[in-house]
Parts: sequence; structure tokens; C-alpha cells
Amino acid sequence: MADTVAAPAKVAISVTVNGKAHSAEVEPRTLLVSFLREQLGLTGTHIGCDTSSCGACVVHLNGEAVKSCTIFAAQLDGAEITTIEGLGTDGNLHVVQEGFWEMHGLQCGYCTPGMIMTSTAFLKSNPNPTEDEIRHALDGNLCRCTGYQNIVRAVQYAAAKSNGA
Amino acid sequence: MVASVETPEKMVGKALKRREDPRLMTGAGNFLDDVKLAGLTHAAIVRSPHAHAKIANIDTSAAAGLPGVVGVFTGQDFLDVNPMPAAWQAGGVTNHPVTPRVLAINEVHQVGDPVAVVVAETLAQAIDAAEAVHVVWDLLPAVVNAKRATEAGAPQLHEEAPNNIVLEWECGKDAATVDAALSASDVRVSQSIVNQRLIPTPMETRGSIGRYDPGTGDYTLWATSQAPHVHRLLLAAFVLGVPEQKIRVIVPDMGGGFGCKIFVYYDMALTLALSKKVGGRPVKFVEDRSENYLTTTHGRDHITDLEIGASNDGHITAIKVKTFANLGAYFSTIAAGIPTTLYGRMLAGCYKVPNIHCHVTGVYTNTAMVDAYRGAGRPEAAFVIERVCDLVAGATGVDPAEVRRRNFIQPSDFPYDTGIGMLPYDSGDYETALDRALTSVGYAELRAEQAARRERGDGKLLGIGLSSYVEVCGVAPSKWIGLQGEGWGAGLWESANVKVHLTGKVVVTTGSLPHGQGHETTFAQLVSDELGVPYDDIEVEHSDTHGAPFGFGTYGSRSLSVGGTAIYKSVGKVREKAIKLAAHMLEAAEADIVLENGKAYVKGLPASVKTIQEIALAAHVAYDLPAGMEPYLDETTYYDPPNCTFPFGTHICVVEVDRDTGHVVPIRYVAVDDVGNVVNPLIVDGQIHGGIAQGLAQALYEGAVYNDDGQLVTGTLMDYAIPRASNVPFYELDRTVTPSPVNPMGVKGAGEAGTIASTPAVANAVIDAVAHLGIKHLDMPLTPERLWRALSN
Repeated sequence: MADTVAAPAKVAISVTVNGKAHSAEVEPRTLLVSFLREQLGLTGTHIGCDTSSCGACVVHLNGEAVKSCTIFAAQLDGAEITTIEGLGTDGNLHVVQEGFWEMHGLQCGYCTPGMIMTSTAFLKSNPNPTEDEIRHALDGNLCRCTGYQNIVRAVQYAAAKSNGA
Repeated sequence: MVASVETPEKMVGKALKRREDPRLMTGAGNFLDDVKLAGLTHAAIVRSPHAHAKIANIDTSAAAGLPGVVGVFTGQDFLDVNPMPAAWQAGGVTNHPVTPRVLAINEVHQVGDPVAVVVAETLAQAIDAAEAVHVVWDLLPAVVNAKRATEAGAPQLHEEAPNNIVLEWECGKDAATVDAALSASDVRVSQSIVNQRLIPTPMETRGSIGRYDPGTGDYTLWATSQAPHVHRLLLAAFVLGVPEQKIRVIVPDMGGGFGCKIFVYYDMALTLALSKKVGGRPVKFVEDRSENYLTTTHGRDHITDLEIGASNDGHITAIKVKTFANLGAYFSTIAAGIPTTLYGRMLAGCYKVPNIHCHVTGVYTNTAMVDAYRGAGRPEAAFVIERVCDLVAGATGVDPAEVRRRNFIQPSDFPYDTGIGMLPYDSGDYETALDRALTSVGYAELRAEQAARRERGDGKLLGIGLSSYVEVCGVAPSKWIGLQGEGWGAGLWESANVKVHLTGKVVVTTGSLPHGQGHETTFAQLVSDELGVPYDDIEVEHSDTHGAPFGFGTYGSRSLSVGGTAIYKSVGKVREKAIKLAAHMLEAAEADIVLENGKAYVKGLPASVKTIQEIALAAHVAYDLPAGMEPYLDETTYYDPPNCTFPFGTHICVVEVDRDTGHVVPIRYVAVDDVGNVVNPLIVDGQIHGGIAQGLAQALYEGAVYNDDGQLVTGTLMDYAIPRASNVPFYELDRTVTPSPVNPMGVKGAGEAGTIASTPAVANAVIDAVAHLGIKHLDMPLTPERLWRALSN
């Protein structure tokens, strides 16, 4: 005998995702990751855990890496969001994506979008990291396939190439 | 008119980057939850919060009226759907196995057991309605420990299994003979060890989309499955009761498996049955992580008592093993095979052990089902035998590396039968791998450093752990695995179809399917070399039962040695036919034709060339074929391997243990692995990296914990310690290459070796670090608390 409470009113938001403007109505409880996947059809961002632990959902929000499972779409009116689909394409890869390809930094590919989004934001703030700094920066992203070694190598590759090595 | 036949670059052995990567790196992958279908509905499942209870009543009336709800159902709505199949009933399954239904009826046996389902237009609506389903439970007591479950007075899960025992199994010499050998040994060691329960945790949880076509009566299942043809067969024949061809199974991109996606799960049949109930609309169910942790299979969970006999100079003379294997609340699809054939029969490891006796008791408890998880029985066996080596070293004073060396099977002994019912080991050179690892890690210097630290009472205790492993993979010869009472009563061959289109492009369709192993790349590499067709002209297709010939799927490190060999043989058949046709086109005798690098020419007349592309075109247009030849270059092989394959090697881990806090840091990790010939070293290394991380994580971090009420305490990623990038060391990899005589390419398989090797290497290192303080053994995970308690005593 559940108390049926009237569903709260939807919230109107205007967001820019990968450079494209979207106006939408969302339930207050709708997570950003669900909004991206279900309402915008951008399924490159993945869900891997119940909340906040795995990092598969990382996107860029106003230039910062955030876990899109831990923020409500309703909070984001006026925001600029970049997802993995907006980073690079086959034939025009971001240098971090190039690093992942060269160094075999992915196997099943499920954690990869989140790993790449975290890595790109990290390298912006630390363009010349040590191995320890890279591992620490990636601590918010779980990978079950690679054992992390080639992901670290991928980030090192991208750092070196960006620094003109 | 080519004057000579140019030699294109060899692809096999090349560290080629993967063609799968661009789509996966740019968000263009297509995983199960990404699949878009018209009319899709969503399922949310109502589950038991109790480990053991009777279902007194389920009231779905409130849920049925909520917005967006298409239907609400309980187990009573699916009485015509049979329980999941128990496909492996190894000899010793003495009691009728009890398997899960799509939704439980009458009684639940574990937390998370599904009892009702809501189908709705959106996932949020389905979840809202599921919360409105009201279940009344009559609680029953629960038991979670496998040993305790067999004791008098323990709660009984299933009337078919008195004392919760579902199987008793033995291998090796009889107990009396081994007891006598133990008594006659110079040295005897007793030890109890626990191989703790693990949760596989692929980053993608499991899911199913079921669609029924009311017009044709055909079902389509999209599933996170490591074995689509097997699922089609088992669901059709045993669960839904329809002819096999009425179900099509499609596997989209899959985010890891590690074994837990091999099995036939309730949601596969449930979504198909639900689609039929809702008039053919597709029904999707995707686990959230909590559901994955509660009801997707777990791994390991052995409680073992060991009796070891050795001579004073470190030769292992006898091993007696008694293992309680926790199988969980129900019998999973191949649960019986893991703690029996794949465990007991590998207890000899790399060694000549004259007397082994193993007894396994398989037990039901109110926990998640246990089945294959990366290594599937072989990690448990390797852990036992590698702990035995160190326990013998400790009892005799012989150095642990020397114990291994003295007991090794020698290269000239292969093929080697260990006498406990395993197939003969194919090839091996254990000592070379051991020596390479010892040199690489600087073993002598490390022992000196360890002694120096102990001498001066250094607070950072140094430990060195060895693991010389062998494992059985490339499963399996059908006449062995299909044996009634031994295996799973079905074959384990693999299939491959190779077609050369009239354009000269090659399509390989394989019964194997990838979930991160890079099959699309490596299989194309091997076809490129064998057929002489450019790598970019070869496409590898998989994962759809409409089109792929029947395959047994991907697990047991079998895709290259079995799946790859099937491809190799199909290419061989294409070559044979191409040579015949080329002879006809060149008006020469077949015996005079050479086919190399994709060009056929008459011996001694290299100018008279027909390319494989020209031959394919001729075969397709078919206006001038030799008598009796069918059109088209299209060959299929069903390859049944004559033996399994046996990768091996030595891993060495070096750790520092803080004497005050118990904190363990792995400071070096050296791995020397022999997987036979290597097709793509980049991919093999990646498999070893990932395998090491998982095995190391068992030793140091992971462990599934149930409380006495059967609640999964480690129920989320906040509590279950999957390692992160800064929790693992840098892996120093090296290789020896001992080709396997079992298949033409000489490959052994690499997917599980890293995990099998690493758990004992790391655990042995930690125990070695504290051995001088009189600590003989510690169970995993070797957390700071565990070390601190041991050091404080």
C-alpha cells in the first residue's frame, strides 16, 4: 500500500553537449548520465556501479572531469558538457585516444570512455606527470581488464607527444 | 605478370594495435544497454531481502496501477518455464541438483533471489512500481559457511540434498595408500587453507533483452553471454521447450566476463518469456551493480585441509587434500566441474608427486552461486601446490626455489601424465622459466637483503614469493570432457567458416567471441599470413547465432588454441581448393602449383600467376570450373582438439610489510610466462597484466563476506576492494616459448595464466616476509588488519 504522491514537476534545462545546444525537460531525480544516455542517445558514457565508485561515467562539465552519475541533470541549466563522443573521432583522434590505441590501453572498452575523459582533464592540469601521479589521478576509475599498466603508458604517451617529444 | 612473388610482411608475431579500438575509444561501441529497439520496455525485479524464507504472499495490485506499467508478474506466471539447466553433472553429483527458476516460487534461498518482475515503459517507472510490490515473508534460518552447512542441525536448503551436500568427488590414489605414504615421510606438515570467495566484477554488469515475434514464434535474445550457441541450445531444449532454431542469440560488445557470463541465467529466459506475455514488445533487463553482486556467480570459496609429506631434502612425497567447495544457494550451469576436474586433477602442479589423494564435498549455502571465475579451479589448485612447496621449504630448511627445482617434471618427460586423471601435459620447460625469473628479480641479492634487514631489525619486512605454475586450458577434447561422470556431457570443439568473396575480401565467422581479447585483430593476423591476403581485407565476424556456425564460446583460454585452429584448418581447405582451381586456370597439374603469399603459380614459372583474388572471382562466377568442383571459396571446420594445452611459467613477487601497521606493498613483480607461440605479443602481454592484477587482488584486497544472516556485507564497490591504479605494481614481463604439439600453430592460450600464477606468488611473498617470526601460514586477503593481528600475537 504505497502512498501515491504526485510526481514532482519536471525541470526545464538548456545545456550544450559536445558543442550542440539542447533544451529538455527532466525529472528532478534524473542523473546526468541517464539524461545523456537515454534522452540524448549518447551511449558512450557508461554505468558500472551503483554510485561514484567506478568512474565509467566521467564526462567534462564546464571543463572539469565529473562523475555524471553523481550529479542531477536538473542542476545543469546553462552548462557545457563534453562526452567521449565529443573528444575525437576515428580518423581525428585526441592525442589521449591515440595513446590508448598505441599502448593497448583498452581490452573490453567498457571503462575506456571514463578513463579517457579523466586522463584528458588530468593532463590539462598536470602536463608532465610522474608515473605515481598518473596512477593516483586514475584512482577514481576502475578497470578490470588491463591491470592499469598500459593505461598508464597511454597517458605517458599522450603527455610526451603533447610536450613535443 | 609479376616476375617474382613479393613477400608481404608477416602478421603473426607482430605487436599490431587492435582494429577494435577506434570505435571503443570514441563512444561508438554497442554494449547491451546501448542497444536501441523500437517499442522497448524495461524490467525491474523484486528480490528477496532475506537469505532464506518462505514466500507467504505477493501482492502486485498497487504496482499494476502505477504510471507506465505494462505488466507485473510473479513466479506463478511462469510455471511452464523450466528451471535453468545443470549442464555439468560430473561423476560424484550424488544428489539431484537444484537450479534456479526464472522467479522463485514458494521459497527463496539467497538474498537477491528474484520473486516478481515489473515491465514498464521506462526504467524509472519500472523501479517505482517494483517498490510498490508487497511481499510477506516467513523467515527461515540461514547458513553461509560450507563446512557448517554439512553439520547436524544446520538449516537445510533443498530436500534433494540432505546435509546440503550436492556432490562428493575423489581423485588420485586411495586414501589408505596416501596415508601410508604420509606416515613413511621424513617430514609431515598439516595446514588448513582458505581460498576465499571472490566477486568477478566485470565493469559491465549482465543484462538481457528478450523479444518474441508473435507472427513466427521466433525469439531473439540480446545477452551479455560468453557462449551464445550454448545458451540458445540450453534455453531452447531445457528451459523454454522450443526447437533450437526458434531462438536467435546476439551478443553485442561485451564489457568483460571473466567467466561469470558463461552461464544460463534466469533473466535470459525471463525476458524472452516476458516479451511473449506483453505481445512481442522487447523487454530489457540490466543488472545494477548491487544485483550483479548478489545474483551473478561468485568464484573460488574453498575450505581445505592439507596433509603433506616430504623427504628431508625437499622432495614432496605425498599430498592429501580435503576440500569443502561452497556452491551457493543453487547449482550453477557448470558448477560441478570447477572444484572437481579443473581443480583436483591439477593438484600436482609442475611436479612429480607420487602420492596424491583429493576429496571434494560440494555444498549448498544461502549465498550466491559459485561457478567458473578466471582460472576456474586451476587457481585453487595452484594455490594449494604452491603453498605446499613453501610449507615443505619451511619444514625442511630447503630454499623455496630449490624445492621447486628438485620436484619439477623435466622437459624430456613430456607428454607427461601426472597420474591423477588429468590429460597428459603437452610440453614444458619449467626450470628455464624459473631460472629466468630468479635472475630477473635478483633472487640471491634479495635473500641477502632480507637477511640483512632481519639482522638489524628493520621495520620494513622484505618478503619474496615464488609461484611456478602450470595450468590446463584450450578446453577440450570432446571425448574427455564429454565423458559421462567426468565432464559436462557435451563436446568442446570449436567452429570456423572462411569465405573469400569474389572481390577477394575474406570474411571469417568464428564460434569464438571476444570480450576484450582482441579476436578481430589476432584472427585476421593469422588468416593474413596463411592465405596471403592483406590484413585489411580480412574481417572477423562473431557473436550472432544466425550466421556463426555452432561454437562453444569463449572461456578456458580456448579461443586461439581451439577457435584459432578451426580457422587455420578452414584456411587450409580454402588453399586446397584454390590450388585445384589455379591448376585448372593455369592448365597445369595440381602437384606443380605453388600457393604462397596469396599467389598461385606453376613451379619454375613464376610469371604465370593467378592471385587468390582472381581465383576467388573465378570460383564465384563459375563459368569454367574443373569437373566436380562446386562454386565459391567457402570452407567450414569443426575442430575437436586432441588434448588441452598447458601454459606455464614462474612469477616472483617482492613485498614490503610494515611491522607496525601490517601494511603490505608489492614493490616488484616479475612474470615469466610460456604460452607457446605468440600471435600478437601486445595482446598476450595485456592478458597477463590483467590476470596478474586479479590474482594479486585476491591475495591482498578482495574477499566476499556474508554475515551469519546471509547478508552480503561486501555488497558494493565501496566495500569490495577491486584494486585501483595505485594499488598495483609495475609488472615486468618476460617470455619463454615452448610450442605446444597439440595444434598446428603451437599455441597454448594466455587468458587465465596471469591470475593462476599471481595469487600464490603474492601470498607466498607476504608469508615469507613474516616467516622468521614463526608464522607458517596466513589466509587471504592479506590486509593490514590480518598482518597486524598476526604480528601482534
